Amino acid sequence: MRDDSALSVFLLQLVFLSFVAIGGINAAVPELHRQVVEIHGWLSEQAFTDFFAIANAAPGPNMLIVTLIGYQLGGATGALAATAAICMPTCILTYFAAKAWERFKDAPLRMAIQAGLMPITVGLVAATAYLIVRTADQNAAAVAISAATAALAYFTRIHPLWAFAAAAALGFAGLV
Amino acid sequence: MSESSAAAERSHIPSLGELFLGFLAIALTGFGGVLPWARIVLVDRRRWLSGEQFAHDLALAQFLPGPNIMNISILIGARFRGPLGAIVCALGLAGAPAVLMIVCGLLYSRYSDIAWLRGGLAGLGAAAAGLLISLAAKLIVPLLRERRVVSLVFALVAFGAVALARVPLYWAVVLLAPVSIAVFRWRAE
Repeated sequence: MRDDSALSVFLLQLVFLSFVAIGGINAAVPELHRQVVEIHGWLSEQAFTDFFAIANAAPGPNMLIVTLIGYQLGGATGALAATAAICMPTCILTYFAAKAWERFKDAPLRMAIQAGLMPITVGLVAATAYLIVRTADQNAAAVAISAATAALAYFTRIHPLWAFAAAAALGFAGLV
Repeated sequence: MSESSAAAERSHIPSLGELFLGFLAIALTGFGGVLPWARIVLVDRRRWLSGEQFAHDLALAQFLPGPNIMNISILIGARFRGPLGAIVCALGLAGAPAVLMIVCGLLYSRYSDIAWLRGGLAGLGAAAAGLLISLAAKLIVPLLRERRVVSLVFALVAFGAVALARVPLYWAVVLLAPVSIAVFRWRAE
Protein backbone atom coordinates (compact mmCIF):
# COMPACT_ATOMS: atom_id res chain seq x y z
CA MET A 1 0.00 0.00 0.00
CA ARG A 2 1.82 3.08 -1.23
CA ASP A 3 -0.04 6.29 -0.89
CA ASP A 4 1.66 9.68 -0.73
CA SER A 5 -1.24 11.41 0.96
CA ALA A 6 -1.39 8.71 3.64
CA LEU A 7 2.35 9.13 4.25
CA SER A 8 2.13 12.91 4.62
CA VAL A 9 -0.82 12.63 7.01
CA PHE A 10 1.14 10.07 9.02
CA LEU A 11 4.25 12.28 9.15
CA LEU A 12 2.22 15.22 10.41
CA GLN A 13 0.64 13.00 13.07
CA LEU A 14 4.07 11.90 14.22
CA VAL A 15 5.24 15.47 14.71
CA PHE A 16 2.20 16.26 16.87
CA LEU A 17 2.47 12.95 18.66
CA SER A 18 6.12 13.47 19.54
CA PHE A 19 5.22 16.59 21.50
CA VAL A 20 2.46 15.04 23.62
CA ALA A 21 3.99 11.60 24.16
CA ILE A 22 5.24 12.28 27.66
CA GLY A 23 7.21 9.30 28.82
CA GLY A 24 8.52 8.32 25.42
CA ILE A 25 7.26 6.16 22.59
CA ASN A 26 5.66 3.58 24.87
CA ALA A 27 3.19 6.25 25.94
CA ALA A 28 2.39 7.06 22.33
CA VAL A 29 1.53 3.55 21.17
CA PRO A 30 -2.23 3.71 21.94
CA GLU A 31 -2.55 6.88 19.88
CA LEU A 32 -0.45 5.40 17.06
CA HIS A 33 -2.76 2.38 17.10
CA ARG A 34 -5.88 4.55 17.15
CA GLN A 35 -4.73 6.55 14.12
CA VAL A 36 -3.03 3.86 12.07
CA VAL A 37 -5.36 0.89 12.68
CA GLU A 38 -8.69 2.22 13.93
CA ILE A 39 -9.17 5.50 12.06
CA HIS A 40 -7.24 5.17 8.80
CA GLY A 41 -6.93 1.41 8.45
CA TRP A 42 -3.39 1.68 7.09
CA LEU A 43 -2.35 -1.42 9.02
CA SER A 44 -4.21 -4.50 10.23
CA GLU A 45 -4.37 -5.22 13.95
CA GLN A 46 -2.03 -8.15 13.31
CA ALA A 47 0.57 -6.08 11.44
CA PHE A 48 0.56 -3.44 14.17
CA THR A 49 1.24 -6.04 16.86
CA ASP A 50 3.95 -7.61 14.69
CA PHE A 51 5.62 -4.24 14.12
CA PHE A 52 5.58 -3.51 17.82
CA ALA A 53 7.23 -6.86 18.49
CA ILE A 54 9.88 -6.39 15.77
CA ALA A 55 10.77 -2.88 16.96
CA ASN A 56 11.10 -4.18 20.52
CA ALA A 57 13.16 -7.22 19.66
CA ALA A 58 15.52 -5.45 17.24
CA PRO A 59 18.43 -3.38 18.51
CA GLY A 60 17.88 0.36 18.70
CA PRO A 61 15.32 2.71 20.15
CA ASN A 62 11.76 1.36 20.46
CA MET A 63 10.50 4.37 18.49
CA LEU A 64 11.51 2.39 15.40
CA ILE A 65 7.95 1.05 15.20
CA VAL A 66 7.20 4.30 13.32
CA THR A 67 10.02 3.46 10.87
CA LEU A 68 8.26 0.18 10.04
CA ILE A 69 4.90 1.91 9.60
CA GLY A 70 6.59 4.56 7.44
CA TYR A 71 8.09 1.81 5.29
CA GLN A 72 4.67 0.25 4.82
CA LEU A 73 3.21 3.59 3.69
CA GLY A 74 6.06 4.93 1.57
CA GLY A 75 8.95 2.51 1.16
CA ALA A 76 12.48 3.38 2.28
CA THR A 77 11.85 7.12 1.91
CA GLY A 78 8.74 6.84 4.05
CA ALA A 79 10.68 4.90 6.67
CA LEU A 80 13.41 7.54 6.94
CA ALA A 81 10.92 10.40 6.86
CA ALA A 82 8.87 8.82 9.66
CA THR A 83 12.00 8.31 11.78
CA ALA A 84 12.93 11.97 11.29
CA ALA A 85 9.38 13.14 12.02
CA ILE A 86 9.16 11.37 15.38
CA CYS A 87 12.46 12.69 16.71
CA MET A 88 13.76 15.73 14.82
CA PRO A 89 11.38 18.46 16.07
CA THR A 90 11.74 17.37 19.68
CA CYS A 91 15.52 16.98 19.31
CA ILE A 92 15.72 20.61 18.21
CA LEU A 93 13.59 21.62 21.19
CA THR A 94 15.88 19.64 23.49
CA TYR A 95 18.93 21.36 22.09
CA PHE A 96 17.58 24.76 23.02
CA ALA A 97 15.83 23.74 26.24
CA ALA A 98 18.95 22.35 27.92
CA LYS A 99 20.17 25.76 29.07
CA ALA A 100 16.80 26.93 30.38
CA TRP A 101 16.52 23.74 32.44
CA GLU A 102 19.75 24.52 34.29
CA ARG A 103 18.43 27.92 35.22
CA PHE A 104 15.14 26.61 36.65
CA LYS A 105 16.64 23.55 38.30
CA ASP A 106 15.16 24.22 41.73
CA ALA A 107 12.09 26.23 40.75
CA PRO A 108 8.96 24.87 42.50
CA LEU A 109 6.99 24.96 39.25
CA ARG A 110 9.58 22.82 37.51
CA MET A 111 9.38 20.26 40.28
CA ALA A 112 5.57 20.35 40.14
CA ILE A 113 5.68 19.78 36.38
CA GLN A 114 7.94 16.77 36.87
CA ALA A 115 5.80 15.35 39.70
CA GLY A 116 2.59 16.06 37.81
CA LEU A 117 3.61 14.47 34.52
CA MET A 118 4.95 11.28 36.10
CA PRO A 119 1.58 9.67 37.02
CA ILE A 120 0.20 10.43 33.56
CA THR A 121 3.19 8.67 32.02
CA VAL A 122 2.49 5.69 34.27
CA GLY A 123 -1.14 5.58 33.13
CA LEU A 124 -0.13 5.83 29.46
CA VAL A 125 2.43 3.03 29.69
CA ALA A 126 -0.19 0.86 31.42
CA ALA A 127 -2.61 1.68 28.58
CA THR A 128 -0.02 0.53 26.03
CA ALA A 129 0.51 -2.70 27.97
CA TYR A 130 -3.25 -3.32 28.05
CA LEU A 131 -3.60 -2.72 24.33
CA ILE A 132 -0.64 -4.86 23.26
CA VAL A 133 -1.52 -7.72 25.63
CA ARG A 134 -5.09 -7.78 24.31
CA THR A 135 -3.92 -8.27 20.72
CA ALA A 136 -0.76 -10.32 21.25
CA ASP A 137 -2.12 -12.87 23.72
CA GLN A 138 -4.65 -14.77 21.64
CA ASN A 139 -4.00 -18.24 23.07
CA ALA A 140 -2.78 -19.98 26.19
CA ALA A 141 0.80 -20.36 24.92
CA ALA A 142 1.07 -16.63 24.20
CA VAL A 143 -0.34 -15.78 27.63
CA ALA A 144 2.24 -18.08 29.23
CA ILE A 145 5.09 -16.45 27.26
CA SER A 146 3.91 -12.97 28.28
CA ALA A 147 3.62 -13.96 31.93
CA ALA A 148 7.06 -15.62 31.92
CA THR A 149 8.70 -12.63 30.21
CA ALA A 150 7.04 -10.19 32.60
CA ALA A 151 8.18 -12.20 35.62
CA LEU A 152 11.71 -12.55 34.25
CA ALA A 153 12.02 -8.83 33.54
CA TYR A 154 10.41 -7.79 36.81
CA PHE A 155 12.05 -10.13 39.30
CA THR A 156 15.45 -10.90 37.77
CA ARG A 157 18.28 -9.06 36.08
CA ILE A 158 18.40 -11.54 33.20
CA HIS A 159 18.47 -9.70 29.90
CA PRO A 160 15.00 -9.69 28.22
CA LEU A 161 16.70 -10.61 24.94
CA TRP A 162 16.79 -14.21 26.20
CA ALA A 163 13.03 -14.13 26.63
CA PHE A 164 12.64 -12.78 23.09
CA ALA A 165 14.91 -15.50 21.71
CA ALA A 166 13.08 -18.27 23.57
CA ALA A 167 9.68 -16.91 22.56
CA ALA A 168 10.68 -16.68 18.90
CA ALA A 169 12.08 -20.23 19.04
CA LEU A 170 8.80 -21.54 20.49
CA GLY A 171 6.98 -19.68 17.74
CA PHE A 172 9.18 -21.07 14.96
CA ALA A 173 8.50 -24.54 16.34
CA GLY A 174 4.81 -23.89 15.85
CA LEU A 175 3.93 -23.88 19.54
CA VAL A 176 2.41 -20.38 19.78
CA MET B 1 41.37 21.24 43.20
CA SER B 2 39.27 18.10 43.48
CA GLU B 3 37.12 19.46 40.70
CA SER B 4 40.07 19.97 38.39
CA SER B 5 41.45 16.50 39.11
CA ALA B 6 38.03 14.99 38.42
CA ALA B 7 38.00 16.98 35.21
CA ALA B 8 41.49 15.76 34.39
CA GLU B 9 40.29 12.16 34.65
CA ARG B 10 37.80 12.93 31.93
CA SER B 11 39.96 15.55 30.26
CA HIS B 12 39.63 13.93 26.88
CA ILE B 13 36.79 15.51 24.95
CA PRO B 14 35.43 12.89 22.55
CA SER B 15 35.79 13.72 18.86
CA LEU B 16 32.84 13.71 16.46
CA GLY B 17 33.89 10.28 15.22
CA GLU B 18 34.08 8.89 18.75
CA LEU B 19 30.67 10.32 19.57
CA PHE B 20 29.18 8.72 16.48
CA LEU B 21 30.72 5.33 17.26
CA GLY B 22 29.72 5.56 20.93
CA PHE B 23 26.06 6.09 20.12
CA LEU B 24 26.19 3.52 17.33
CA ALA B 25 27.44 1.03 19.93
CA ILE B 26 24.54 1.95 22.23
CA ALA B 27 22.04 1.49 19.40
CA LEU B 28 23.36 -1.87 18.25
CA THR B 29 23.76 -3.45 21.69
CA GLY B 30 20.47 -2.08 22.95
CA PHE B 31 18.12 -4.96 22.37
CA GLY B 32 14.73 -4.48 23.98
CA GLY B 33 15.19 -0.81 24.78
CA VAL B 34 18.36 1.25 24.80
CA LEU B 35 18.34 3.22 28.04
CA PRO B 36 20.13 0.68 30.26
CA TRP B 37 22.83 0.30 27.59
CA ALA B 38 23.22 4.04 27.27
CA ARG B 39 24.27 4.15 30.90
CA ILE B 40 26.69 1.25 30.54
CA VAL B 41 28.41 2.71 27.49
CA LEU B 42 28.44 6.38 28.48
CA VAL B 43 29.21 6.10 32.20
CA ASP B 44 30.91 2.75 32.82
CA ARG B 45 32.83 2.05 29.63
CA ARG B 46 33.69 5.36 27.96
CA ARG B 47 33.48 7.53 31.07
CA TRP B 48 32.16 10.51 29.15
CA LEU B 49 30.00 11.48 32.12
CA SER B 50 29.51 10.60 35.76
CA GLY B 51 26.56 8.56 37.02
CA GLU B 52 25.16 11.69 38.58
CA GLN B 53 25.39 13.62 35.32
CA PHE B 54 23.67 10.76 33.53
CA ALA B 55 20.79 10.77 36.02
CA HIS B 56 20.50 14.51 35.53
CA ASP B 57 20.47 14.23 31.73
CA LEU B 58 17.95 11.41 31.94
CA ALA B 59 15.60 13.48 34.10
CA LEU B 60 15.73 16.29 31.56
CA ALA B 61 15.33 13.89 28.63
CA GLN B 62 12.24 12.37 30.23
CA PHE B 63 10.79 15.73 31.07
CA LEU B 64 11.11 17.05 27.52
CA PRO B 65 8.84 15.65 24.80
CA GLY B 66 10.13 13.11 22.29
CA PRO B 67 11.95 9.78 22.56
CA ASN B 68 14.05 9.90 25.74
CA ILE B 69 17.17 8.30 24.35
CA MET B 70 17.22 10.67 21.37
CA ASN B 71 17.06 13.61 23.77
CA ILE B 72 19.99 12.19 25.72
CA SER B 73 22.04 11.93 22.52
CA ILE B 74 21.31 15.60 21.81
CA LEU B 75 22.24 16.74 25.32
CA ILE B 76 25.54 14.89 25.33
CA GLY B 77 26.50 15.69 21.76
CA ALA B 78 25.76 19.37 22.29
CA ARG B 79 27.75 19.49 25.52
CA PHE B 80 30.92 18.12 23.93
CA ARG B 81 30.78 19.38 20.36
CA GLY B 82 27.94 21.87 19.95
CA PRO B 83 25.27 21.55 17.25
CA LEU B 84 27.38 19.28 15.05
CA GLY B 85 28.02 16.97 17.99
CA ALA B 86 24.28 16.76 18.65
CA ILE B 87 23.58 15.82 15.03
CA VAL B 88 26.35 13.22 14.96
CA CYS B 89 25.14 11.55 18.17
CA ALA B 90 21.54 11.44 16.96
CA LEU B 91 22.60 9.93 13.63
CA GLY B 92 24.79 7.37 15.35
CA LEU B 93 21.87 6.32 17.51
CA ALA B 94 19.05 6.23 14.97
CA GLY B 95 20.78 5.70 11.62
CA ALA B 96 21.82 2.05 11.65
CA PRO B 97 18.70 0.78 13.46
CA ALA B 98 16.49 2.69 11.00
CA VAL B 99 18.24 1.00 8.08
CA LEU B 100 17.83 -2.34 9.83
CA MET B 101 14.11 -1.61 10.24
CA ILE B 102 13.82 -0.92 6.51
CA VAL B 103 15.28 -4.39 5.87
CA CYS B 104 12.82 -5.85 8.38
CA GLY B 105 9.97 -4.00 6.68
CA LEU B 106 11.01 -5.39 3.31
CA LEU B 107 11.24 -8.93 4.65
CA TYR B 108 7.93 -8.53 6.47
CA SER B 109 6.05 -7.39 3.38
CA ARG B 110 7.37 -10.38 1.43
CA TYR B 111 7.39 -13.22 3.90
CA SER B 112 5.05 -12.43 6.78
CA ASP B 113 2.51 -15.01 5.68
CA ILE B 114 4.92 -17.96 5.88
CA ALA B 115 3.58 -20.15 8.67
CA TRP B 116 6.76 -20.69 10.72
CA LEU B 117 7.65 -16.99 10.50
CA ARG B 118 4.12 -16.08 11.62
CA GLY B 119 4.69 -18.36 14.59
CA GLY B 120 7.97 -16.64 15.41
CA LEU B 121 6.32 -13.24 15.25
CA ALA B 122 3.49 -14.42 17.50
CA GLY B 123 6.09 -15.56 20.03
CA LEU B 124 7.97 -12.26 19.81
CA GLY B 125 4.72 -10.34 20.20
CA ALA B 126 3.84 -12.22 23.36
CA ALA B 127 7.32 -11.57 24.78
CA ALA B 128 7.09 -7.86 23.91
CA ALA B 129 3.72 -7.71 25.68
CA GLY B 130 5.28 -9.34 28.74
CA LEU B 131 8.14 -6.83 28.77
CA LEU B 132 5.58 -4.01 28.73
CA ILE B 133 3.71 -5.56 31.67
CA SER B 134 6.91 -5.58 33.70
CA LEU B 135 7.65 -1.99 32.71
CA ALA B 136 4.18 -0.87 33.80
CA ALA B 137 4.52 -2.87 37.03
CA LYS B 138 7.89 -1.27 37.80
CA LEU B 139 6.22 2.12 37.55
CA ILE B 140 3.02 1.27 39.44
CA VAL B 141 4.31 -0.88 42.32
CA PRO B 142 6.36 1.91 43.97
CA LEU B 143 3.30 4.18 43.88
CA LEU B 144 1.22 1.48 45.56
CA ARG B 145 3.91 0.70 48.13
CA GLU B 146 4.31 4.35 49.11
CA ARG B 147 0.52 4.87 48.98
CA ARG B 148 0.83 7.85 46.68
CA VAL B 149 -2.92 8.16 46.30
CA VAL B 150 -2.96 11.34 44.22
CA SER B 151 -0.44 9.94 41.72
CA LEU B 152 -2.39 6.68 41.51
CA VAL B 153 -5.63 8.53 40.81
CA PHE B 154 -4.08 10.50 37.96
CA ALA B 155 -2.44 7.35 36.56
CA LEU B 156 -5.78 5.54 36.71
CA VAL B 157 -7.63 8.39 34.98
CA ALA B 158 -4.97 8.54 32.22
CA PHE B 159 -5.20 4.76 31.79
CA GLY B 160 -9.00 4.76 31.68
CA ALA B 161 -9.13 7.66 29.24
CA VAL B 162 -6.62 6.26 26.77
CA ALA B 163 -7.05 2.48 27.10
CA LEU B 164 -10.77 2.12 27.82
CA ALA B 165 -12.52 5.29 26.63
CA ARG B 166 -10.06 5.57 23.69
CA VAL B 167 -9.74 9.32 24.12
CA PRO B 168 -7.13 10.79 21.73
CA LEU B 169 -3.78 11.15 23.48
CA TYR B 170 -3.73 14.88 22.73
CA TRP B 171 -6.92 15.48 24.70
CA ALA B 172 -5.88 13.21 27.54
CA VAL B 173 -2.56 15.02 27.98
CA VAL B 174 -3.82 18.56 27.34
CA LEU B 175 -6.68 18.14 29.83
CA LEU B 176 -4.96 16.01 32.47
CA ALA B 177 -1.42 17.41 32.64
CA PRO B 178 -2.32 20.98 33.76
CA VAL B 179 -4.68 19.63 36.46
CA SER B 180 -2.07 17.18 37.71
CA ILE B 181 0.69 19.80 37.70
CA ALA B 182 -1.56 22.29 39.52
CA VAL B 183 -2.42 19.72 42.18
CA PHE B 184 1.24 18.88 42.80
CA ARG B 185 2.18 22.55 42.82
CA TRP B 186 -0.54 23.24 45.41
CA ARG B 187 0.43 20.26 47.57
CA ALA B 188 4.06 21.42 47.65
CA GLU B 189 3.11 24.74 49.29
